[in-house]
Amino acid sequence: MAETAYWEAIRRAHDEELANDPMVIAMGEDIGLAGGTYKATSGLYDKYGEKRIIDTPISENSFTGIGIGASMVGVRPIIEIMSINFALLALDTLINAAAKIRYMSGGRVTCPIVMRTPGGTAHQLAAQHSARLARMFMSTSGLRVVTPRGPLDACGMLKSAVRCNDPVIVIEHEQMYTLKENIPDEEYFRPLEGAEVVREGSDITLIGYNYSVHLCLNAAKRLEKDGISAEVLDLRALKPLDRESIRRSVEKTHRFLVAEEDEASVGVGAEIMAVVTEDCFYALDAQPVRIHAADVPVPFNRNLEKAAIPDVEDVYQGALKVMGKL
Amino acid sequence: MSVVATFEIGYLRILDEEGHLLETIPDFARDPKTLLTLYRYMILTRRFDAKAVALQRTGQMGTFPSSLGQEAFSVGIGHAIHKEDVFCPYYRDHGAMFLRGVKLSEVLAFWGGDERGSHYTRDKEDFPISIPIATQMLHAAGVAYAIKLRKQKRAVLTACGDGATSKSDFSQAINAAGTWHLPLVLVVNNNQWAISLPRDKQSAAKTLAQKAIAGGFRGLQVDGNDVIAVRHAVAEALDRARDGEGPSLIEAISYRLCDHTTADDASRYVNKEDLKEAWRHEPIIRLRNYLIHQDFITEQYDEEIQQACDHEVEEAVEEYLNTEPQKPESMFDYLYAKLPKTLTEQRNEVMGV
Repeated sequence: MAETAYWEAIRRAHDEELANDPMVIAMGEDIGLAGGTYKATSGLYDKYGEKRIIDTPISENSFTGIGIGASMVGVRPIIEIMSINFALLALDTLINAAAKIRYMSGGRVTCPIVMRTPGGTAHQLAAQHSARLARMFMSTSGLRVVTPRGPLDACGMLKSAVRCNDPVIVIEHEQMYTLKENIPDEEYFRPLEGAEVVREGSDITLIGYNYSVHLCLNAAKRLEKDGISAEVLDLRALKPLDRESIRRSVEKTHRFLVAEEDEASVGVGAEIMAVVTEDCFYALDAQPVRIHAADVPVPFNRNLEKAAIPDVEDVYQGALKVMGKL
Repeated sequence: MSVVATFEIGYLRILDEEGHLLETIPDFARDPKTLLTLYRYMILTRRFDAKAVALQRTGQMGTFPSSLGQEAFSVGIGHAIHKEDVFCPYYRDHGAMFLRGVKLSEVLAFWGGDERGSHYTRDKEDFPISIPIATQMLHAAGVAYAIKLRKQKRAVLTACGDGATSKSDFSQAINAAGTWHLPLVLVVNNNQWAISLPRDKQSAAKTLAQKAIAGGFRGLQVDGNDVIAVRHAVAEALDRARDGEGPSLIEAISYRLCDHTTADDASRYVNKEDLKEAWRHEPIIRLRNYLIHQDFITEQYDEEIQQACDHEVEEAVEEYLNTEPQKPESMFDYLYAKLPKTLTEQRNEVMGV
């Protein structure tokens, strides 16, 4: 086991998969010579050359479409979109081609692309660089959407994504790239489906994904001091969603909260609420709560931004509310 | 001010409307068998189009885009591609697809709403028909990239209509093809209409072929109603691509003698006199005239070809109409490599399990 940063874990997954299969390529803006905005491909340009670590013209639709086309004849591209905001430019080819081509060709043509992108809010990047579009990809049939919460999943899930024959969107987070965790020295893979209990508890379930898992974990520590035992469930994959793990945890704790960094409307939290209502409504002992961003474009101003985006305090307060302690 | 760049766009036409040679006949067209193949596939495509429109009109098939008047384009490009190349078609390319080995009944199935229609029985890497406009051009650039990565001596051919040249996917494919020197040939079926938008409202550029110049490679025009010219120019471009000489853009000038699709009524916006004039240039008569001038066919043989094509279309329709419909649960079967659990539950529900 070695302590590894999130970005290093992604880089390691790239390196292992590029070494394993000559048809694996990486493409994106500034990923070659510059090594990637978050260093996820640093050093790989020298090791694998410009034909496999491709600095593309600055056009997300272009290189995503090209990656999709290449994947349809057996190449396995790892496409880096510098910020999930820019994925908006490539939506047609992602949603109308990547997600649908297997279905529309009667299963003949597959599209094994991986699109990786940071999809959260960093500090003061303003509204046009702070989109969180997980909910949009989550609602697209034909895609898989995963949200690694730390280095272990970042490496293991990316490796699984590269070998998966479905298009996989990997949503990372600007604030997690330097996060460290011990990961195995030997090669390993992590599944692309299935939520995971990352902290056992008995009084309330705090449900998160991506960065919000850390808000939940920190809130759980505070709740413990108040004598509240919080279970934390990391969804890990938003599509397909692991309904069974959600039900199992809620049936155990009878209370839950869901935390997301995005706006609430038609969001991940809304979906979790619906799942619980459909699958285990009568297990609930208290009204659940959604912790989410304000329904505004993410402000540039630091104070406004902090006010718009949920933090540990918000999750903590939300949990107290569910517990009837507010 | 000094001139830093100049360019020229050539135009190739070999046969005129009466079937007279305007240029030296290319080698491939000296073989009567080859010309008869082209002729036969153009007739087949025209008969297929007429039948497919009839199937739609009688509620036996979905929306369909006829290629009436553009048979030389479709058949010319379909005949130019080598077996080992990859074809990324748009929705008016069935004539080319037939030459690639796609069954007529498979194309009918596609437009009849059966996803199995794109599951070609012949094992090829050719792409399914692209309905979204111009997106296949970028996918084709991706295939060309893959071929280059594998160091194979193959080329990729992708087609679109004139309207598609206004889309960013088209410009982006041109840009990438030039930047990476890809073995890609892009062909434009300029049939003068993008649904109801005429060519002169599509772009102020004098030719669509010149859009290649911005990508740093060659563009040329051909008479899209002259199957010999189309076949020749596209085959040459594909040879160049295979030989590592980079991409080409070919604009073929034709005319859409039909509605955009069966959901359209072009009489609302196409001038009758223009349409009448366009019929004078249609592609089948001129090749027929040439074949007769050369004594390559007789009236009787011509009649036999027409009947054989009708028969082939009828057989395909029979096969299409007698295909067992897809079971409702099949909508889940092609979606993922392995069906996620939540979808298994929905699938069971549809099956009444």
